[in-house]
Amino acid sequence: MAMLYTTLPVLFLAIAGMVMLMFGVFARRDHTFAITAASIVALAITARLIFAAPDGQVFHAMLVTNDFTRFADILVLVGAAGALSLSVGFNERTGITRFEYPVLILFSVIGMVVLVSAGDLLTLYIGFEIQSLALYVLATFARNNVRSSEAGLKYFVLGALSSGVLLYGISLVYGFAGTTSFVDIAHALARHSMVSIGSTIGIVFVMVGLAFKISAAPFHMWTPDVYEGSPSSVTAFFATAPKVATFALLLRVMLGPFAPMLAQWQDLVQIVAAASMVIGALGAIGQSNIKRLMAYSSIGHMGYALMGLAAGTVTGVRGALIYLAIYLVMSLGTFGCIIAMSRKGKPVERIDDLAGMASEDGRYALALAVLMLAMAGIPPLSGFFGKLYVFLAAIRSGLDVLAVIGVATSAIAAFYYLRVIKVMYFDTGTPGFDRRTAGINLVIGVSAAVTVLFVFYPSPLSTVSSYAAHALFQSAKF
Amino acid sequence: MIADIAFYVFAAILLISACMVITARNSVHSVLFLILAFINAAALFVLAGAEFLAMVLVIVYVGAVAVLFLFVVMMLDVDFAALREGFQRYAPLGLTIGFILMVEVGLTVIDWSVASGAHFVRLAPMPAHLSNTAALGDLIYTHYMFAFELVALLLLIAMVGAIVLTHTDRRGPRRQNIETQHERRIDETLTMVTIEFGSGAKRISAQSGKEIG
Repeated sequence: MAMLYTTLPVLFLAIAGMVMLMFGVFARRDHTFAITAASIVALAITARLIFAAPDGQVFHAMLVTNDFTRFADILVLVGAAGALSLSVGFNERTGITRFEYPVLILFSVIGMVVLVSAGDLLTLYIGFEIQSLALYVLATFARNNVRSSEAGLKYFVLGALSSGVLLYGISLVYGFAGTTSFVDIAHALARHSMVSIGSTIGIVFVMVGLAFKISAAPFHMWTPDVYEGSPSSVTAFFATAPKVATFALLLRVMLGPFAPMLAQWQDLVQIVAAASMVIGALGAIGQSNIKRLMAYSSIGHMGYALMGLAAGTVTGVRGALIYLAIYLVMSLGTFGCIIAMSRKGKPVERIDDLAGMASEDGRYALALAVLMLAMAGIPPLSGFFGKLYVFLAAIRSGLDVLAVIGVATSAIAAFYYLRVIKVMYFDTGTPGFDRRTAGINLVIGVSAAVTVLFVFYPSPLSTVSSYAAHALFQSAKF
Repeated sequence: MIADIAFYVFAAILLISACMVITARNSVHSVLFLILAFINAAALFVLAGAEFLAMVLVIVYVGAVAVLFLFVVMMLDVDFAALREGFQRYAPLGLTIGFILMVEVGLTVIDWSVASGAHFVRLAPMPAHLSNTAALGDLIYTHYMFAFELVALLLLIAMVGAIVLTHTDRRGPRRQNIETQHERRIDETLTMVTIEFGSGAKRISAQSGKEIG
């Protein structure tokens, strides 16, 4: 029975996805809106099932449930539900409304749930492929648009390369440990007194594969092009759920099976974190397209979150989880604003198109300004606390240099976030954007409200993420 | 002894044909070398005692995938010379990365150590009382059942993806409608033109205002 309850979220999502697929195929008329709404309901039911799943592992430890996986799962579901609500109006306007869109998002969420709960390198890899395959198709969803096709192709080729690197790393680790199970790998690494070069290279390769998927520098090259080329509704999804899922997996893999090798990979994570922060800050300065700007911004944000992993402590993981949750909410709101940018049904993406927004639509300008300030990490908005937690964890683990780089890059990054606000409030122009759908208004409103009000009520998130971080270390202790 | 010789022969052919796959100028030759590489890999599987995998490799990869490749390469008009453009420019970077990877692989081989428990797994790759196929089936449908089902889902996504990216919604197939064919009149379909001797077909089409041919 425990087995059923633990697998039920995955099982339910798969069945829901297939039922909707069949319904969409055989229905006479286009029911995309109904299927999108049903998908959001399905995600909500899955959230309930995830809470009902008992702690433990099933299928010979291939699937693991604990507070950490629950936390990450909920973030993934929130991200997916948010991206789905943003998609409705946008997809209609740009003429890419097809019922496969919500179905593919559901399928990729299955991959993410499996990924987050993986207890074996095999489930890890399959979860990845399920997630990525659906994402490749989603990137190309506006298939008559040459840029969308280009984005999908680029993402596919580089994604396949990173999967190859990941698999090569997995094979080296398997060659060393003789097993793919996380628990047994941790045992094998812990018992081995000497550092084996083969397993170290394997771990580095696995890490590179995962860093590629969260677009941490120097494996970020694909991000700006894919973010820019994909339809905005898909970009909103890319920036939220898959990143959180892969990051959660990165935390679990590095601090679970590879925890005995902490001394070997810690420097590497520091380098990746520092590079991401620097590239995220410097790369965004010259951008005039707001989606490219957000791509660099997300690279930078991954760098800050990686700082928590580099710390390698409970405080670090807690900081990274809080950061991810706050980042998820901010991104959803910001992409809501980006999706709302359209004139006569055609999406516009230049930052200059926002000129004069403050006098035309004060509420929109205020929400985007709040989100941009939060992304820059200005107190008392939520983004500040996310950074605060990871900086504190880094300093406590003696990573002072990393923390200094982090503070310096957030000061640089503040420049381009503030530029967006400056364009909205001080430049003259007439945006003349189309009316926004209720779903987009809801997402922007909620995320801006959460961003502002987080300072008054931070305890739920910090408590829950503390539980999650402790669960991660508890399950890694054998 | 004979098994050793066979291993080195197959392995050598495998390596050579793998190199030929990426260096052959003619892309059809590349695919044929790929098939040769697959067959040699299958022979290595047989030597390692994995007959089932060897057969699957031949049937699936040689029989289906490689033949499909061959069709695609022959039917698509891919300009491989254009694909090789920029090779000179990127060669130094590629060689550097390749060299670093080779050094890493070299280090791995020189200092290869195995976890203490892992020797046992390697010594008994096959349960003694089961045949190859039965042992695989036993693992796939019990131990790895979850992964197996997930892979099925992966195939479903691949199928949905292929349809989403290529399917165009044409309202019904183009059927023959005999009624409309019967009701067509001569002047709807035929234009009578008097041709001046020595004037080309082009001028006629310009005169009558209809495309000829």
